[in-house]
Amino acid sequence: MRLEASDLACIRGGREVFSRLGFAVAGGEALVVTGRNGAGKSSLLRMIAGLVQVAAGKLALTGGNYELPLAEQAHYLGHQDALKPSLSVQENLDFWVRYLGTSAGTPDALTTVGLHRVAGLPAGYLSAGQRRRLSIARLIAVKRPIWLLDEPTSALDSAAQQRLADLMRSHLAGGGMIVAAAHGAIGLETARELSLGAAA
Amino acid sequence: MTALSALFVRDLKLAVRVGGGAGIGVLFFLIVIVLTPFAIGPDLVLLARIGPAILWLGALLASLLTLERLLTADAEDGSLDLILMSGTPLELAVAAKAMAHWLTTGLPLAIATPLFALFMNLDPQASLAIALTLLVGTPALTFIGLLGAALSVTLRRGGLLLTVLVLPLTVPVLIFGVAASNAAMAGPMSFGTPFTILCAMTLVSFVVGTFAAAAALRHGIE
Amino acid sequence: MPFLDLANPTRFLSLVQRVLPWLSGATVLAFAAGLWLAATAPDDYQHGAVVKIMFVHVPAAWLAMGTWTLMSIAALGTLVWRHPLADVAAKAAIPVGAAFTLLCLITGSLWGRPMWGTYWVWDARLTSVLILFLMYLGLMALWRTVDDPSRAGRAAAILTLVGAVNLPIIKFSVDWWNTLHQPASVLRVGGPTIHSSLLAPLLTMALAYVLLFVTLHLAAMRNEILRRRVRTLMLMQAQSAPGSAS
Repeated sequence: MRLEASDLACIRGGREVFSRLGFAVAGGEALVVTGRNGAGKSSLLRMIAGLVQVAAGKLALTGGNYELPLAEQAHYLGHQDALKPSLSVQENLDFWVRYLGTSAGTPDALTTVGLHRVAGLPAGYLSAGQRRRLSIARLIAVKRPIWLLDEPTSALDSAAQQRLADLMRSHLAGGGMIVAAAHGAIGLETARELSLGAAA
Repeated sequence: MTALSALFVRDLKLAVRVGGGAGIGVLFFLIVIVLTPFAIGPDLVLLARIGPAILWLGALLASLLTLERLLTADAEDGSLDLILMSGTPLELAVAAKAMAHWLTTGLPLAIATPLFALFMNLDPQASLAIALTLLVGTPALTFIGLLGAALSVTLRRGGLLLTVLVLPLTVPVLIFGVAASNAAMAGPMSFGTPFTILCAMTLVSFVVGTFAAAAALRHGIE
Repeated sequence: MPFLDLANPTRFLSLVQRVLPWLSGATVLAFAAGLWLAATAPDDYQHGAVVKIMFVHVPAAWLAMGTWTLMSIAALGTLVWRHPLADVAAKAAIPVGAAFTLLCLITGSLWGRPMWGTYWVWDARLTSVLILFLMYLGLMALWRTVDDPSRAGRAAAILTLVGAVNLPIIKFSVDWWNTLHQPASVLRVGGPTIHSSLLAPLLTMALAYVLLFVTLHLAAMRNEILRRRVRTLMLMQAQSAPGSAS
């Protein structure tokens, strides 16, 4: 499986965010996208997720499932957590498991992220870090090969960041790929870096 | 199919748990009806004549004003992004959400109509006829309003602008709904024609509203 | 001072626990007496036994307005004196007051049909009571919408006090405007004009309604206090879950 981009350009809000961008990620590899604010890290992730249109250039996935579009083979972890405060933690996760597809991952995803004890509480009672961990539980509860993570370590304490790094490593070991936007390191030693905003 | 039913059930749960629950639409409907005699005067004969119109206007406003948040809530917390990235077609997803909205807003309005029609000095036969037209017509209002809800997300302009844009599209439904109600009051013979046209409009709105809303979301999502 | 002691929720709960069975018993007895007196009261020479709806309708109206008065005092307690149980008292009273108002509207409507020939007419008395009912429902919607009890309590208190302006309008509507509804025959300046054979069942039913209100209100306050405790416990549970320092 290989994700390749060449000559990629992005226009958002009438402004050209980036242009002539090229990179390649293979299965089992991680790419960390860095750059100052406004350089287009989030836009790039959203473009791969299919949420932002490709203004110019090519973005192609080879390998993987030929029948599905790229978006349906990817998980997107954005700035928001896609949680409903009035539903319980378990209800939130169950909904996404049922909605996002049939390839069920670990049924005890909540235990893996350490939220099993608060499974029955309304999600609105959770702290920011716990909400982030609930979103991460979605990534392991439904199996998809591509992970698009936008600042995944934000709001997480060091123990939770450690756990996330472990999850990412096992995802890569299973042949999945990760494209993450971050300001700094996210705990993956083998990740390559793509720096946006530098002159082409 | 379980994905769509999961979305449908989730939206039902949210409608009941969040905010005023399913009753706030009915409460708004009641308030519009109560305001009418203050504006028009307590002339019972006059109220009975304009009763169907007031009930329809109240149902229209209650439906449209509660529809604004249908899609913007999901857009704001990032759920819409994930819905777009699932295998379920977006058209079906917005249709499921609209059905859940109708069940918790439009249907209670139609059920409450026979009781509220008492305030307008309408007799039971007329009340039931109006309730029937609302039962059939409120889904049309919901699905037409769905387009406005989708545009709310993409234009990121809330408030009254979208209601203003969508209201003209609901005029045909309003015309035939009130016409059918008035026909029922005049006599059973002419009720069938406007009522059938109303049903047809609702069916058309299921398709047009859904596809238009999905298209608006796809083009507008960023 | 016993009133200040009641400000302690735990002590309030134990007081309610002890008092509630007695209040329930007293309520049942009062209703039994009131209904018996109502059944044995004389019929109206023109309308027959229908006039006895009055024994259900009139006390319901009194309680509907009285509840809002109580809620207004509780609202002052929240805003001015910062009494800790004031917003609990206000919130607990809302559904009971709304039920009494609805009972008043429905029984009045059923009584109006044989008396005036219509279920509803937009005269000043009926309209202002309907507005009162809508205000009750509006407060219920407000409490449901806002999660934080103290913020909701302050907002509800302000709305309650503003809405209290409706109470004198209801009371004097039959005097100020030309209404279909009959003028006051009990609570008026010259004393009651109603005959004593009808006054006794009416006052007994009123007493029964008051006891019913107190019983339901205290039970509702107890439930609200327990509900808030559950909420606090759940919040604490969420905070103390492992790794929740993040």
